[in-house]
Amino acid sequence: MSGGDLVVIGNGMVGQRFVEALRARDHDRRWRVTVLAEEPRPAYDRVRLSAFFDGVSAEELNLHTPDDGVTLRLGEPATGVDRARRVVTTAAGEHPYDALVLATGSSAFVPPVDGTDLPGVFVYRTLDDLAAIRAHAAGRRTGAVIGGGLLGLEAANALRLLGLATSVVEFAPRLMPVQVDEAGGAMLRRYVEELGVTTHLGVATTALRPGPDGAVAALELSDGGTVDADLVVVAAGIRPRDELARTAGLAVGPRGGVLVDATCRTEDEWIWAVGECAAVDGTCHGLVAPGYATAEVVADRLLGGAATFPGADTATKLKLLGVDVASFGDAHGTTPGCLDVTFTDPATRSYAKLVLSDDARTLLGGVLVGDATAYPTLRASVGGPLPAPPLALLAPAGETGGGVAALPGAAQVCSCNAVTREQIDAAIADGCADVPALKACTRAGTSCGSCVPMLKQLLDAAGVQQSTALCEHFDASRQELFEIVQVRGIRTFSQLIAEHGRGRGCDICKPVVASILASLGTGHVLDGEQASLQDTNDHFLANLQRDGSYSVVPRIPGGEITPEKLIVIGEVARDFGLYTKITGGQRIDLFGARVDQLPQIWRRLVDAGFESGHAYGKALRTVKSCVGETWCRYGVQDSVGLAIALELRYRGLRAPHKIKSAVSGCARECAEARSKDFGIIATETGWNLYVGGNGGFRPRHADLFATDLSTEALIPLIDRFLMYYIRTADRLQRTAAWIEAMEGGLDHLRAVIVDDSLGLCADLDAAMARHVASYSDEWRDVLDDPDRLRRFTSFVNAPDVPDPSITFAVERGQPVPARGAPPAAGADRRRQPVALGLPEVRR
Amino acid sequence: MNPTSTLDWTAVCPLDRLDPDRGVAALVDGVQVALFRTGGELYAVDNLDPVGGAYVMSRGIVGSRGGVPTLASPLHKQVYDLRTGRCLDLPEVTLRRHRARCRDGMVEVRLRQEE
Repeated sequence: MSGGDLVVIGNGMVGQRFVEALRARDHDRRWRVTVLAEEPRPAYDRVRLSAFFDGVSAEELNLHTPDDGVTLRLGEPATGVDRARRVVTTAAGEHPYDALVLATGSSAFVPPVDGTDLPGVFVYRTLDDLAAIRAHAAGRRTGAVIGGGLLGLEAANALRLLGLATSVVEFAPRLMPVQVDEAGGAMLRRYVEELGVTTHLGVATTALRPGPDGAVAALELSDGGTVDADLVVVAAGIRPRDELARTAGLAVGPRGGVLVDATCRTEDEWIWAVGECAAVDGTCHGLVAPGYATAEVVADRLLGGAATFPGADTATKLKLLGVDVASFGDAHGTTPGCLDVTFTDPATRSYAKLVLSDDARTLLGGVLVGDATAYPTLRASVGGPLPAPPLALLAPAGETGGGVAALPGAAQVCSCNAVTREQIDAAIADGCADVPALKACTRAGTSCGSCVPMLKQLLDAAGVQQSTALCEHFDASRQELFEIVQVRGIRTFSQLIAEHGRGRGCDICKPVVASILASLGTGHVLDGEQASLQDTNDHFLANLQRDGSYSVVPRIPGGEITPEKLIVIGEVARDFGLYTKITGGQRIDLFGARVDQLPQIWRRLVDAGFESGHAYGKALRTVKSCVGETWCRYGVQDSVGLAIALELRYRGLRAPHKIKSAVSGCARECAEARSKDFGIIATETGWNLYVGGNGGFRPRHADLFATDLSTEALIPLIDRFLMYYIRTADRLQRTAAWIEAMEGGLDHLRAVIVDDSLGLCADLDAAMARHVASYSDEWRDVLDDPDRLRRFTSFVNAPDVPDPSITFAVERGQPVPARGAPPAAGADRRRQPVALGLPEVRR
Repeated sequence: MNPTSTLDWTAVCPLDRLDPDRGVAALVDGVQVALFRTGGELYAVDNLDPVGGAYVMSRGIVGSRGGVPTLASPLHKQVYDLRTGRCLDLPEVTLRRHRARCRDGMVEVRLRQEE
């Protein structure tokens, strides 16, 4: 294949991966790529489709990145392929090709029974399907899913979350019949039914019946029973979208699908097929990992390579309705002479089965339900010797860490991206020293993420020290230092570095220790030795600006302020010649203050009832709010009242990084609470709590943590969330990164601060109670103390001379730093141009 | 090359006005000087941050790197060797040094004019 016009029909996950794989390697731009997409939006993560119901937006599921070498035509499905002229037709025109890749995916199989065309009957395939399901569910009470497989259980969970009493109807005698065996299915059924989902197994749906409004109202079953359902999702399997190929006269597989050989090429040398629509040597694969493999094969072939389809890894691990389910290899034990080792633990409610070769030495496959921690090691060991005795592998709390050493080089560590242990080891040998580097270099762990713990183990096994040392002065991490300081009752940096570190400290460890000491409530941040640890912002309780002046931010809790206080801020700004700007956190920033002016400014502000806003600290900043039910026609709770209460509760709380919050009075979310470290959104009956949001460099929506809480139930959860963060996060790690890096993620967090799995809650509660009780305004404390005040001088030998280097120009009626203005007279004042260190661009 | 300095020593403040490991700014013959007391030594450097161009070095954090006494710019955290003024993070950037000593409990500074 030399190059030319390449047309790709379909922009699903595999179609997108194919285009990316090709473009990444087509350095000479041999192919001009046109992608024809049926849906109106570019490729999105269909594996995480259900996250849509957790509030994850379509944008967050997006997989598409713009590429100037690719023409993406959205909403323009192919209508035909003229193989003789090598042209694809669409409603809009014709697209000639030198190579054609079919990536049309599959469609939901709808069984031929009466009533599947009724309003209220849906499939579960696209974002539009999910949006329609959500719309129809409003005001309805019952739902049913036809199909108890993987997708059916996901759909059932979605209906449950939408508040419908949900039933699942499965033709096979167990749930997830393809993946799990009889005993695993039984365990799964127990879990599912405990969640309130009714299961009807071993029965078929014979008809769907409408209610008086014409929409679906009930299912009729083959055993004569009926199931009430105002909404029905059909998830009874998928069928490859091979109609274009059939019309074009291409051969299809015995069970459908565009027939291709191991190179993923059809009988027509110009046409290829990838993903779910491809029947590779006659077999279609409905999982994303084999789909990605076909994409890689075709990308390679079109650029002159010789790749062939490596065979499908049908291993699956998912969390369905909160239950971990995994199956891999020969899960059903179909290999002649194979042996089963099963393990059922009613206490932890987990079930596991390993399928071994007849000599019990080779792992062939397995099923895990309830606890899937052993999955990464086991899956990677399929076809090879067991890394440990079977019972050791399956024991809960799995002692599987040691197993990684025995993994063969060819074992796939990341099945989503087909990365083997050999490739990981090579990347480590090339200098990848941590998980992010491995992800960037090999793509391992970048899809479902289930192999990330294994990447860590492989780094360990390769002897790579994943240093957690804070800096050259302390071998301990921030979290360890926090524990040391707390447990040993250390009160000063000198004592800490003498007993647990070396050297004199630096601009990394000193502010960290200052923050730890402050979090543990060891007095004013400017007292004694602590003063020397602080960054300049904390040292002057103001924010350093580029010209050496500072800005001042008084606290305005919840963004609510009286006219009198507004006037005071205006008068102070006017009298001191300060530039004023409204901040994103609903307060007012006053810029251009000299160090020696800060106490005078704060005297005025404190007298008017203001206190420090801690804009200078790694501390709670603001709790933003919308105006809430007091004024707003849509508000359902008093968001301003809650925001003020929270801001006053957590003001002054020092943390590994700044903490922002917001409270919205209704689901319209005008306060943008989901971009905050903790955000609260009102519901009809209480509050939903979200955690781990972030704006900034890498925006992240906060995750829903708990729902419909009373104010009394909400506050202890936030208390513990914040205190656990303060104790365990790394230096300068916002809550978003903290949660992402946490092993076990949100589930772990929930276990610790809701279920008290570590027995920490009483401690965390007490720590927050101490904080609340001991709070006092830092600025008032400074003004009352001549010793603290003496730091706020311009020059130690000329306190009456203001810093002559701080000068202003006027822009839009306000003072701004005078750029390039010559500073005071005196000695040599040259400013040499120097290159600032730019961040390295990683490729 | 001019001689290092021909200027006089100027008394700036009592030694106990300098907190250990925390700088102050002083105005000496119209030049802004940042003064530090750390590890039993006195250091004086220009208050001008040679990278950021603002007069802020006296507000940086003092520490050590591999045994070298250091000062970090409060603007963008470049670290300087307090003894030589050399920037340890950016080649060819230097912080101007001055001389500092203690006489009869008073800290004295003598400007160094380097060409």
